[in-house]
Amino acid sequence: MKYEIRDLGDVRIVGLSGKITIGGGDVKIRELVDNALADSRNKIIFDLGGVSAIDSSGIGEMVACYTTVAKHGGKLKLMHLSPKINDILQVTQLITVFDVYDDEQEALGSF
Amino acid sequence: MNNNNNKLNADLYLASRFENIEVAERALLDLCQAAGCTGDDEYWLVTALREALANAIRHGNRQDPGRWVRVAYTIDNCSVTIRVEDDGDGFDPEEIPDPTAPENLLRASGRGIFYMRQFMDRVEFSSTPGGGTAVVMVRDLAPTTRSSEHEV
Repeated sequence: MKYEIRDLGDVRIVGLSGKITIGGGDVKIRELVDNALADSRNKIIFDLGGVSAIDSSGIGEMVACYTTVAKHGGKLKLMHLSPKINDILQVTQLITVFDVYDDEQEALGSF
Repeated sequence: MNNNNNKLNADLYLASRFENIEVAERALLDLCQAAGCTGDDEYWLVTALREALANAIRHGNRQDPGRWVRVAYTIDNCSVTIRVEDDGDGFDPEEIPDPTAPENLLRASGRGIFYMRQFMDRVEFSSTPGGGTAVVMVRDLAPTTRSSEHEV
């Protein structure tokens, strides 16, 4: 998994690409969120546009990140889901948990 | 890889390391390509395979690289069958709570078997003679990806 960080105003956008899977990307996204919170940034968007696969460990870690950010008074949102990642969020019913956006400006304005 | 009676078969023996999931994925993708099985079928097959292997390595074999995970693939014109066995102590899949229940939605774990059941048509667990877990998963191929017209 690769990542790219952009700070726009008080929102941190974490662009992710590749696989978010056990033994690799799942641990990394936790670290990226911990780093954001350490930088006092609790408005976070995961841009999943480049993500090819998320296994149950990756999904579980995203949920853990969501609750961690919420405990810090913030919100983790998702952007640019591929159809297959969207399918996974639908079947796991996590689409009801995460705020999901196709448009970056809309995502930024939602906080 | 073997080709018997229009079936493609492959067997793998993997040490219990997460990086070996990539090896098994590569082997399945190669087999799928040889069978002409691509697209959505290929994607969801790999997704289910990764979950079965992650369970076998983490929960079954406790990430002990001295314990083996056995993987068997069979592809015919109509379906793909994946069998994954570990050397663990076994478990009861019925004890896994429904991860889509409202009270479980925010749990960080417990979705692996759910993934497998969502993306395969049939999933059956049993015990191996040594007391480990064997899971057999079957996905019926979409008509557009069946390979009746080509040599396998």
